[in-house]
Amino acid sequence: MTAARVNIADHAAPGGPALAVRGLTRSFGAVRALRGVDFSLDSGEVLAVFGPNGAGKTTLLRIVAGLLRPEQGEVIVGAEPLARGDARHRRLIGMISHHSLLYDGLTARENLEFYGRLYGVGGTRAAALRALAAVGLEERATSLVATMSRGMIQRLAIARALLHEPEIVLLDEPFTGLDQQAAATLRGLLGRLRDDRRTVVLVTHNLDEGLELATHVAILVAGRFVECGPKRGDIASYRARYAQATSAGA
Amino acid sequence: MPSAFRVAWTIASKDLLLEFRSRTAFLSSLIFTALVLAIFNFARDPTAVSTVDIAPGILWITFSFAGLLGLNRAFALERENRALDGLLLAPASRTGLYLGKALANLVFVGTVEAIALPLFAIFFNMPLLPVLGPLVVVIALATIGFVAVGTLMSAMAVNTRFAELMLPVLMLPFLMPPITGAVQVTSKLFGGRPFSEVVAWLKLLTGYDIVFIVLCILVFEYTLDE
Repeated sequence: MTAARVNIADHAAPGGPALAVRGLTRSFGAVRALRGVDFSLDSGEVLAVFGPNGAGKTTLLRIVAGLLRPEQGEVIVGAEPLARGDARHRRLIGMISHHSLLYDGLTARENLEFYGRLYGVGGTRAAALRALAAVGLEERATSLVATMSRGMIQRLAIARALLHEPEIVLLDEPFTGLDQQAAATLRGLLGRLRDDRRTVVLVTHNLDEGLELATHVAILVAGRFVECGPKRGDIASYRARYAQATSAGA
Repeated sequence: MPSAFRVAWTIASKDLLLEFRSRTAFLSSLIFTALVLAIFNFARDPTAVSTVDIAPGILWITFSFAGLLGLNRAFALERENRALDGLLLAPASRTGLYLGKALANLVFVGTVEAIALPLFAIFFNMPLLPVLGPLVVVIALATIGFVAVGTLMSAMAVNTRFAELMLPVLMLPFLMPPITGAVQVTSKLFGGRPFSEVVAWLKLLTGYDIVFIVLCILVFEYTLDE
């Protein structure tokens, strides 16, 4: 996909992280979803966040995306704290969530053209067709989203999130609903993002998928990171540490 | 980054295309309009209250509730697949988002009114042509205020549990000034009263539109906070 890429270096302090979060806390009523989460990532780093249901993974992503405000703490994109309503920061972020964020009554191409215009992507028709080709949906360009399968919709959601060539990509369980071929396509896309020095935060239950792509790993349990740092050890050791962390957290 | 007007046009085009394809809210509003006018027509007693006295009120009740059906749809569209998150993630100005939604609502409500007005004339035997010009002006002024407030309230109601019920509850108190003004002007137009009698009401409608458009633009982004 080749849209006008906005370089995070325009915003970043020299040598500073591309994305950092400091002391994030957030509650929903009596439930404390996040209790002081910190991490920082440089360009080209991929953080895989593992955690059981209700650990706060989606809340973390929504705060980093600017969709939720933390009660305490801050998200720093480049050198600047994520400011309320700052369109420049939103331009740097692409997010794939549990939901497709697509309109069932529009075709695949119309959805991408719509989002392309909102992101100020030049040549929206051509960019939309390139994005569809990148996820293997060029044949379904004129199909209404309502007529597409769950896997196709997930692939289209990925195309939507990457259409504007974001520097920071946030993925919430991106492999959900994908068949083997589509999962391979997604792995290829994410690998290209890493090679292209994008910063990626990937939230998943699936240790195999997450560890394959990650440069950094975090285990989130009950709103806290019980482990966060560069990937070390093999999948068996992560399985053991994850099982230990989640059983202790429970 | 796209300008607010470009964003507004993009949002409005998308909303109108979705409505054109489904026609759900549009057909519901039209059927509702025809039913209300028919019921009032058969329920009233023309020998007790003259048509000129009662018809303007009926017209504006019909416009208001038919419009509410359309306004409910404005942000309900964005609940599907949580598309509202997609809008909020985009670097599009919140003013553009509000103006786009308001523009689509204005086209929607205006179209319903354009079809309802001849129906009203037929049901109540009201001579439209002699007052058509001034009537269109007052309908436009009242509709702009109605849509300006309704778009904001629709955004406020969308994340509540009973959004369809919340919208009228939130909105109707704010509609008192424009609807009262519109009924007064419509009544005087059909009654053949001199223009000087409606000037004050037209000023009220114009002032209401200006104040609420500015206020709604300023407040809109805060209504979208989760």
